[in-house]
Amino acid sequence: MRQLCKGNVAVIKGAIQAGCSAYYGYPITPASEIAEAAALYLPQVGGTFVQAESEVASINMVYGAASAGVRVMSASSGPGLSLMQEGLSYLAGSELPCVIVDVVRGGPGLGNIAPEQSDYFAMVKGGGHGNYRNLVVAPASVQEMADLTILAFALADKYRNPAIVLTDGFIGQMIEPLELEERQISMPDKPWAVTGVRETRKNLVNSIYLETDELEAHVRHLEEKYRRAQEEEPCYELYLADDAEVLLVGYGIVSRVLRSAVEQVRKFGLRAGLFRPITLWPFPSKALTEAAARCRSVLVVELSTGQMVEDVRLALDGRVPVEFYGRSGGNVPQAEEIRDRLLARAADLVAVG
Amino acid sequence: MSEYQVVHSKSPVFYDVYERKSDLQHQTHYCPGCGHGVAHKLIAEAIQDLGVQERTIFISPVGCSVFAYYYFDVGNVQAAHGRTPAVATGVKRARPDSIVLAYQGDGDLAAIGTAEIVHAANRGEKITCFFINNAIYGMTGGQMAPTTLVGQISTTSPWGRRPSNEGYPLHVCELLATLEAPVYIERVALSDNKNIMRARRAVRKAIENQVAGLGFSLVEILSPCPTIWKLDPVEARKWVADEMIKAFPLGVYRDRKTAVPVTPVPQHPVAEVLDLEAEVTAKPATSHHRHVRETTIKIAGFGGQGVLLLGQLLVEMGMLEGLEVSWLPSYGPEMRSGSAHCHVCLSRQRIGSPLVSHPQALIAMNKVSLHKFAPEVQAGGLILYNHDALPANFEPPPEVRAVCVPASDLADHIGSAKVANVVMLGALLSETECLPAETALAVLERRVRNPAMLELNRRALQAGRRYDEREIHVALSQPDGFAE
Ligand SMILES: Cc1ncc(C[n+]2csc(CCOP(=O)(O)OP(=O)(O)O)c2C)c(N)n1
Ligand code: SF4
Repeated sequence: MRQLCKGNVAVIKGAIQAGCSAYYGYPITPASEIAEAAALYLPQVGGTFVQAESEVASINMVYGAASAGVRVMSASSGPGLSLMQEGLSYLAGSELPCVIVDVVRGGPGLGNIAPEQSDYFAMVKGGGHGNYRNLVVAPASVQEMADLTILAFALADKYRNPAIVLTDGFIGQMIEPLELEERQISMPDKPWAVTGVRETRKNLVNSIYLETDELEAHVRHLEEKYRRAQEEEPCYELYLADDAEVLLVGYGIVSRVLRSAVEQVRKFGLRAGLFRPITLWPFPSKALTEAAARCRSVLVVELSTGQMVEDVRLALDGRVPVEFYGRSGGNVPQAEEIRDRLLARAADLVAVG
Repeated sequence: MSEYQVVHSKSPVFYDVYERKSDLQHQTHYCPGCGHGVAHKLIAEAIQDLGVQERTIFISPVGCSVFAYYYFDVGNVQAAHGRTPAVATGVKRARPDSIVLAYQGDGDLAAIGTAEIVHAANRGEKITCFFINNAIYGMTGGQMAPTTLVGQISTTSPWGRRPSNEGYPLHVCELLATLEAPVYIERVALSDNKNIMRARRAVRKAIENQVAGLGFSLVEILSPCPTIWKLDPVEARKWVADEMIKAFPLGVYRDRKTAVPVTPVPQHPVAEVLDLEAEVTAKPATSHHRHVRETTIKIAGFGGQGVLLLGQLLVEMGMLEGLEVSWLPSYGPEMRSGSAHCHVCLSRQRIGSPLVSHPQALIAMNKVSLHKFAPEVQAGGLILYNHDALPANFEPPPEVRAVCVPASDLADHIGSAKVANVVMLGALLSETECLPAETALAVLERRVRNPAMLELNRRALQAGRRYDEREIHVALSQPDGFAE
């Protein structure tokens, strides 16, 4: 059924549909409605909600619940995610699945509460210590806040690894129609979990490997999982990219602005297209390379001073010129702003390189 | 000294061979005379006596006891430094039938993990905590602990602990005993046989409480660390007896027999909680399609004027009419200053940015909003201002029509200042024909359950429409079937 829903609330509706039964979190704007929705809904369907004393405690409660084999999540924004980084590293090291939502706000420091995409490095490149990766998905609508939360739970369990829903203040705060259908929850077996029964008594959740060779073997094992994820999970969306001379690349809220900009500049005869990564890790490098192969240039737009653009450049490896346009501080460019920039630069952007 | 042979005399709760250790699999990694070994033995005995080995989940900390999972043949989870009580919270809440034992040293519990232990205790988590206080950081090689005694030398208090620089030793039992929720708090010492017997009883009781589902229990165990203290095992026990007990008085700090009563939450099916059967459909409520227009609207005013709600009414109407819709509020500190605004997009296409920087229509519920947002309105756009005249110093932007609708006055007249936003809705629908008025009524009927309030809303909608039609336009070209 179609219902109006706030992005942050849709996260919890998706989570419950994914069989999430526990939420541990600490309030922070612009993510607090996620905790509020969890507090309201989860206990009514037999789940657990606890407002923790900090994000440090939250992530470790998540660690405990994940150890015990239940689907569990937390959510926060930049400063809270910074506090969770040690815990995320432990979760990855101990191969525990969980879903963490980062409703990104302006930074660094206390910054402000307006939307940014400046946590890309922290979430996609790690942020915590050691050799590990987060699986990262980036919703661009209220519908996707629910859908990609459901996907994040599946990915987290499939790879026994934290999955991050990386979104921003606008997507979290906005209301749009949400289509939800009753779904069968398919929960994978977790024979490794420590559940307090005879069958799991020998189980150990742990990330310490004292011997150098043991730890290296463990790191190689994690690496192998990440390699498999890179093969199987990249996800993206294309819009009018087939005949594009200029390919715009953006995720989340920015991808919506770029979509409008593509339509607008096409009216002026500039053939632009859109590539929107849906998984940020694994980054859809191969698909991007294919989409960009036919283009004269690529313009990456982010609400940051340039973070994802590094992955775009790595993927394209100099084959296509890459330009960057970023806004920060909570400023979200309008389609017209991108349109004007594209039109002003049109001659250079489509010049034969 | 028989109590120091403990780990060799193998309770069935310990593994026969410590296979998780890389070598010396028949002995523990603890130093001779270390209190951790004794504490482990007491815990293993209690687990065995209470018959809860299958159900037990042991949470080990970071510190010398990080490898407790080498020994305990129970479910094991290793936690980050200081976070054992948080991890235990997650485990116990997920598996309420399990017996969760959280084990910590003094650096782990009383320094880096102070917040976690206080709050786990304060929530009355139904777990059992063992706090090994050896007045020093063992694992990292002898740095000062929060429980290091005044004058005690450590590698990071080389002049002895000076209260003027490091403060005083932290008294965990006394601190936690100020909280309401814990059921049992006791401090014991591994100083001599008599005290070890008392420790044995305390450990057992703390686990028993959990078996009975009572609540949070903690046993602080004053414990020798001969290696760092640079004493032999006998001297170390004597130091616990002579020095530590003086600073940390033994005894029961809390002993309650009753659990905190549970306040239940009503249970409902998932479909109901998630509104899966919401009756909102994409089916247009009306066939007057000529009245649906793509529009971007900004609504601004004081908090309490129903600014955000008005935006929500519009997107709900849009959704009923099969449009793509989005609503974006101002959020955060801005709300606290008393002003609020929201952005509404109604479109036939997928909506790009939900942020409307150049609206086609602005509804300004107060003067501040009028001045602030009027310059953003698109050429050819419309401003609806909540007053009977524009401010003297106000000039609408070029090609923008400003219309005055004294919505608050009209609402007062109808009987409630609260419906001023619906008066504005009526005026907006009549001015822009962006959506049919029947749909507004349908949405109001869905949202407003109280019949008297619904009647006020109905009259407000009508008043807005009529005011607009009569006062501003002489005649309306396209009556849309709205019945008075
Ligand atoms: C975040 C973090 N900071 C510091 C450390 C290093 N560290 C490991 S154990 C420890 C202190 C342990 O002392 P205590 O809790 O008293 O236990 P003991 O070894 O004395 O039994 C420290 C500081 C760590 N592992 N993690
Ligand atoms: S250093 Fe101290 S606490 Fe650690 S094992 Fe040795 S005696 Fe025990």
